[in-house]
Amino acid sequence: MPVVERAGTVTRGAVVGVSAPRVDGTPKALGEFAYASDLWVEGMLFGATVRSPHPSARIRHVDVSAALALPGVRRAMTAADLPASRRYGLDFPDQPVLAEDVVRYAGEPVAIVAADSAEQARAAAAAIRVDYEVLPAVTDMEAALRADAPQVSEHGNVLRHLRIEHGDPGAEADVWVEGYYEIGMQDQAPLGPEAGLAIPAPDGGVDLYVSTQWLHSDQKQVAPCLGLPESKVRLHLAGVGGAFGAREDVHMHIHACLLAIATGRPVKMTYGREESFFGHVHRHPARIWARTGARRDGTLVNSRVRLLLDGGAYSSSSQAVILNASTFAVGPYEMPNALIEGTCVYTNNPPAGAMRGFGAVQACVAHEAQMDRLAAALGIDPVELRRRNLLHTGSVLPTGQVIEGSAPAREVLDRCAALPMPADLPPAFRDRVTLPGGAGNVGRGERVRRGVGYAMGYKNIAYSEGFDDSCEAKVRLERGPKGVVATVHTAAVEVGQGLQTVLAQIVRTELGVDEVVQQRADTQVGSAGSTSASRQTVMAGGAVAAACSRVREHLFARAAARSGAPLRGPLRLEDGRVFAGERSIGVVDDLLDTPLEATEVYRHRRTTRLDGHGQGEPHVMFAFGAMRAVVEVDLDLGLVRVVQLGGVQDVGKALNPRGVEGQIEGGAAQGLGLALLEEIQLRDGKIANASFTDYLLPTILDMPPVVSAVVEEPEPGSPYGAKGVGEGATIVATAAVAAALRNATGRELNRVPVAPDDLVGISGPRTSAGPAPIPDVPGPRPVFEYR
Amino acid sequence: MLIRLNVNGEWREADVWPGSSLLAMLRDDLGLWGTKNACEQGECGSCSVWLDGELVCSCLVLAAQADGRSVGTVESLGREDALHPVQEAFLEAGAVQCGFCTPGFEVAVADLLRREPHPNDETIREALSGNLCRCTGYQKIMDAVHLAADRMGEAAR
Repeated sequence: MPVVERAGTVTRGAVVGVSAPRVDGTPKALGEFAYASDLWVEGMLFGATVRSPHPSARIRHVDVSAALALPGVRRAMTAADLPASRRYGLDFPDQPVLAEDVVRYAGEPVAIVAADSAEQARAAAAAIRVDYEVLPAVTDMEAALRADAPQVSEHGNVLRHLRIEHGDPGAEADVWVEGYYEIGMQDQAPLGPEAGLAIPAPDGGVDLYVSTQWLHSDQKQVAPCLGLPESKVRLHLAGVGGAFGAREDVHMHIHACLLAIATGRPVKMTYGREESFFGHVHRHPARIWARTGARRDGTLVNSRVRLLLDGGAYSSSSQAVILNASTFAVGPYEMPNALIEGTCVYTNNPPAGAMRGFGAVQACVAHEAQMDRLAAALGIDPVELRRRNLLHTGSVLPTGQVIEGSAPAREVLDRCAALPMPADLPPAFRDRVTLPGGAGNVGRGERVRRGVGYAMGYKNIAYSEGFDDSCEAKVRLERGPKGVVATVHTAAVEVGQGLQTVLAQIVRTELGVDEVVQQRADTQVGSAGSTSASRQTVMAGGAVAAACSRVREHLFARAAARSGAPLRGPLRLEDGRVFAGERSIGVVDDLLDTPLEATEVYRHRRTTRLDGHGQGEPHVMFAFGAMRAVVEVDLDLGLVRVVQLGGVQDVGKALNPRGVEGQIEGGAAQGLGLALLEEIQLRDGKIANASFTDYLLPTILDMPPVVSAVVEEPEPGSPYGAKGVGEGATIVATAAVAAALRNATGRELNRVPVAPDDLVGISGPRTSAGPAPIPDVPGPRPVFEYR
Repeated sequence: MLIRLNVNGEWREADVWPGSSLLAMLRDDLGLWGTKNACEQGECGSCSVWLDGELVCSCLVLAAQADGRSVGTVESLGREDALHPVQEAFLEAGAVQCGFCTPGFEVAVADLLRREPHPNDETIREALSGNLCRCTGYQKIMDAVHLAADRMGEAAR
């Protein structure tokens, strides 16, 4: 679709708290919505990337001459052609734009080309000759910690190490349980591929239309690599086909801009599915060793947790992921004593970074398995054991942080346990599709056993550890041809979750108008921060509400100045009229002979970094989630059918209830995927299954019905009392399905995704020689500073 | 090579390279961007179209194979002022999030309801198992199919 400057999306309708229809629904349903991969402009070139086949190698020589001789090829670039800064990165710039002397993972970009057609660009990329000297690779996260391991990064192999000491880590308990857990590498697999269109501008700058989660962070990373000031690198949001963390990091941005500036022509780059697996970061694979102690009555006493995360070749957001995994390592329970040690290492595996749940998913797999072990050891019902230990407002976390906001964990768990159970008909009375293996016609339900499992989890909302997290919004109120129109402009990214709809609802609620125009997100307005960490409803919602509130003040001031008579009672806005108390003092339309406008920046309360003992106040607020999984396992075949997922989430206030349900249901599906199907298979650092044929996503046959409910206990200080809702279900779903599989089979199943071989006992539980050694690095401060 | 085909009732032609898929021709040569490309292996169903009335993944069909034949895409379903009942149901049920899978799903659902006007849950799941959605967890897509079936059933009566 051609790139056009649209006036903005115009909608009418519902206010906050209502299941308003999507503002972008109709174009999406018609197939008219322009995703990044649909962009087109006259005379554009197509870019392609040459990627390293080796996880670790020295580049001896790159020869682009054969590629340049091919028809239609306009330009080829290697590291030697880079005009300015050669590195970029989310937290600090450690990732080469194009590999310099070495490559550190299989899939690292080495050269880029631009040609008249996509086929010519692909042919040119294939014609570029790279002479590699293969070097030893570190492809195991524990091996990375060995003293004799090759150094992956110039900073060493420890990306970040954290130690959290709480109470008396030597405290004695009546009963101890011990476990070792492994979590595989999951892919976000948004259906929309990485894509964008870079258009060189007459001022020597560039306009980039791109699918992303955070325009301003991209701008900060792209501009130095082009040798341009940020003002000349203008980013515009192109339609985003899902994100889930995969678009936190820069993908084709810099490459397309470099080629566009070098050729003076627009350049489009779109990754195919295979390249997409190499073109974005993945969920951190993890190994977790845990020892949990309790009194006979089930009261938790002490926990010792050692976490190891594989950060891959570059840092991305790993520092924040290991913080999350570590601070949530003991789960949403009061734990008076704890010692938590978390390490994220560099390896020559593909870089890991943000994915929905962000460290809390891996932690939940371990802490919930520990709770079930403890329940079995104590002879207490697993739900009851959790109930006795749950966090609440006023609880002290292992970091010493006291929960000041809402924490209705108890209600979340109780409502989850009370959700209706699915019917349990004998196999003979059921459609075969509802049996494990039934859809593939390999099972008839001969030896099927049902299991039920629970998981409880929690996570931070918004950015942590003192990060200055903000969002700017601009709101204008003016007369339109058909009445009063409010226009909103933010850089907040819609990835499909429904943010734009919620923002329109907020404007209607605050300004009493019907017609809302939303401008395309771009860098012409201040940063919105990322659409991640379940933060954007709170942050962009807070900014839009604040800007509306300021516009309202201006309007009231104008009304008061013109009314002539003294006003009694509070001023309010309703149905296009201004009221003083119960008396209407004017029609908004009449007061808007000139437009009113306001720009506001929303910030959440400050957080702090952790001190040398892992103590501090790192998180803003917390959201709790619970899930119950009911599964059926064919004990002969090791095949599984998940029968039902029941999820309850603590949302503060559901601004769009149907949108919240969509987040719970979709989040549950991604958690189910990690429990049963989804893993990037690495062989010596190389991805062996970079396709949807070999990387299995849950289909509509794999997903059961999801029953869900929300708990609405407002978060003090948050707009409308809302908390973020994007991640809760994903965090608990994997652990809940794993628990249900253990319940059905009686097996340990300490690795996700659980494989058929694990379920029938061909593969035993994964074993470990003991917790990974503690690296000798300074305390828990980030190794590098946020930029 | 010159390929001529009937798309949504109109004869169109384009000069494509011999390796071009029907999907690439629809998108890049005919400007029909509603049909999406997400896997190019026939695994995700985002590129679902009708070829001579039969549901296919257009990424697995060569443009040359479609020469002289008729193709129906998502653009044939509805217009802004007259949505197809399936499109309406997807919006009302909340079955659209990022929307990338939506055109392919709508084509597959419209195809299912043509063959089977009142499908039960299991029939729907089997019929749509070739379409991937990463956002919704499919619950609201199930709701949308039932809603569309009810509406279309009533309209037919």
